[in-house]
Amino acid sequence: MTRGSGRRPRGGPIVDRWALLAIPLIAFLVAFFLVPLIVVSLRSVADFPKPTGDIFSNYGRFFASAANLRVLANTFWVAALSTVVCLALGYPYAYLMNIVRPRVAGLLLIAVLLPFWSSLLVRTYAWQVILRDTGIINTFLLDWGLITEPIPLIRTTLGVMLGMSQVLLPFMVLPIYAVMRRIDPEYTKAAANLGAPPFAAFRRVFLPLSLPGVLAGSLLVFVLALGFYITPALLGSPKDTMISQFIANAVQQRLDWGIGATMAVILMGLTLVVLFVASRFIRLRDVFGSLEES
Amino acid sequence: MSARSRHWGAAPDRPALALRNLSKVFGDVPAVDGVDLEVRQGEFITLLGPSGSGKTTTLRMIAGFTLQSGGTIEIDGVDMGHVPPYRRDVGMVFQNYALFPHMTAAENIAFPLQMRRVGRPEIKRRVADALGLVKLEGLGQRYPRQLSGGQQQRIAFARAVVFNPRLLLMDEPLGALDKKLREALQLEVMHISRQLGATVVYVTHDQDEALVMSDRIAIFSRGRIEQLGTGEDLYERPASLFVADFIGESNILRGRFEPAGDGGWLVRDPWRWQVGAAAAARASLEGGSAAALVVRPERLRIVGVDAGPGLATGVNAVDAIVRDVLYLGSMRKFELVLPDGNAAVVRQQRGGGGHEGRAGDRVRLTWAVDDGVLVADPHG
Ligand SMILES: Nc1ncnc2c1ncn2[C@@H]1O[C@H](COP(=O)(O)OP(=O)(O)OP(=O)(O)O)[C@@H](O)[C@H]1O
Ligand SMILES: [Mg+2]
Repeated sequence: MTRGSGRRPRGGPIVDRWALLAIPLIAFLVAFFLVPLIVVSLRSVADFPKPTGDIFSNYGRFFASAANLRVLANTFWVAALSTVVCLALGYPYAYLMNIVRPRVAGLLLIAVLLPFWSSLLVRTYAWQVILRDTGIINTFLLDWGLITEPIPLIRTTLGVMLGMSQVLLPFMVLPIYAVMRRIDPEYTKAAANLGAPPFAAFRRVFLPLSLPGVLAGSLLVFVLALGFYITPALLGSPKDTMISQFIANAVQQRLDWGIGATMAVILMGLTLVVLFVASRFIRLRDVFGSLEES
Repeated sequence: MSARSRHWGAAPDRPALALRNLSKVFGDVPAVDGVDLEVRQGEFITLLGPSGSGKTTTLRMIAGFTLQSGGTIEIDGVDMGHVPPYRRDVGMVFQNYALFPHMTAAENIAFPLQMRRVGRPEIKRRVADALGLVKLEGLGQRYPRQLSGGQQQRIAFARAVVFNPRLLLMDEPLGALDKKLREALQLEVMHISRQLGATVVYVTHDQDEALVMSDRIAIFSRGRIEQLGTGEDLYERPASLFVADFIGESNILRGRFEPAGDGGWLVRDPWRWQVGAAAAARASLEGGSAAALVVRPERLRIVGVDAGPGLATGVNAVDAIVRDVLYLGSMRKFELVLPDGNAAVVRQQRGGGGHEGRAGDRVRLTWAVDDGVLVADPHG
């Protein structure tokens, strides 16, 4: 339970020379992540269309607009919904992976990782081809006379959910699967032996033991979903707009860097709040560590 | 304690457990190969045998985790063929305890009662009773990881008995503990089981553990029961060379069996040893078949080689050379070499007035005819 177990003991050898190989990545992170982050944070308090005395006037502008607040709320709503969808699809999938033979589990793993091997844009356009009114599904249903009007699939929250969960599913499945694999099968046997029918054994023993994976996967999916942009833009209706899209609009179309930076800082701040709250319940190291293990 | 005997000891005439021609094949490997066993109500039976002999597989079939390939399992006279594990009402102590890590010790013990829809006040009372039984009253609120190995073992035991199962199964429950703790817990597990009147099937590959704890021991070898009997039966009257070898130390003399009267002779030129009538009857061997005479180390006496012709009738003898003498406190252990090159062991109480053999001495070993056990020699 020691959180700092990875730390070098005090008074141990000075830096291992091989550690110097990490310098390029550190330099890269500083130059292209930390510095821009600082710049963005500064611009959110220093970059105004017309100067006012108040350094927080960008924040004032943001919160004054009902549209902004609606998009912010919607961002969290869509992220929460994606998390629920991914959990509903991902948990049984991980469970299946856990009980089949290793080779089948490997195939299932590849299947869930498949989306990573195609570009996000291509994948999203493919969903458009499938979902739009003249798309594969509607054409098929119309041809067979099952429907008379195309059913709205694209430009709906459903479309957004389909597109987003496809990308986000691995982040749910992998942590859950990693945790499930570490659950000793003897526990379920013991539960059965003590009189628990299969469902009771699952609910009282297996499910609670897999909960760390569920929390880890949910957190990961939720945080990643908060920053989604292309998929909701292409598959959703205007009411599915997420804040990342507002940021892009502000910067690219209105050239309003101040408000763009402000929204970025707000999104990041809220994400950090989520991570902080979550860290009270789970060890974040497990969340991010679980990915490399599976 | 009266509620406890709901199952235990309920029907004293009917066996608590009956295995009939039970077998299990993994792929084409027979792990259990036609086991027959009847366990009486309240009996403590141990399955003892070398690694891979099918003990765990047998236990898992009784618990219902593994489906048998053939044969039947009856618990309290009811065939378990289509009864899933959660309806078998059999308690099991797992080798690694399998305590649920997300529940406290008390919650672990309460689990089987909750599954049986026992009322809350009664659960509370019975959990407290069970904790008392294993002398861990104060530790109910601890999680398994906060308990020592021995404490976890006790909780696992309490969890397995709290619901008065019809049968208690234990698979090397003490295997993970150090020797001292193991010996203490052996007695405790045995006493509590007796106190509860539990019918126990216990697995171990530690013969001392088996001898200390069991009413009867089933010696497993290659998926079969080689011999079933009390510790004394197995030690004094092994039915095969395997059992003689497996239980305790033994001296083995090989030869051919020649019947004569009620008894007979085991012949190995230039020696021949008399076989008692009882031993010959138990072994029931054909004349001329390869056989071995088994004599336990404390049944042998060491005498001088010159004692030769004056041997009394009813006494057998063989010559040997002393290789080593070990002083084990009250005991002296001689290690010797027989004429055929095989090793022999003799144990003597000190002050028993035996021969003072030294390493290198030629001596003669003698034993009473009735102390020799005749078994078939499958390698002869
Ligand atoms: N699930 C399985 N699949 C294939 N073979 C198995 C399986 N379980 C056991 N076996 C084989 O069955 C035989 C008996 O195994 P079992 O575990 O019952 O032995 P054991 O007497 O309990 O041994 P030990 O004292 O080492 O625990 C062994 O040869 C083992 O390799
Ligand atoms: Mg075993």
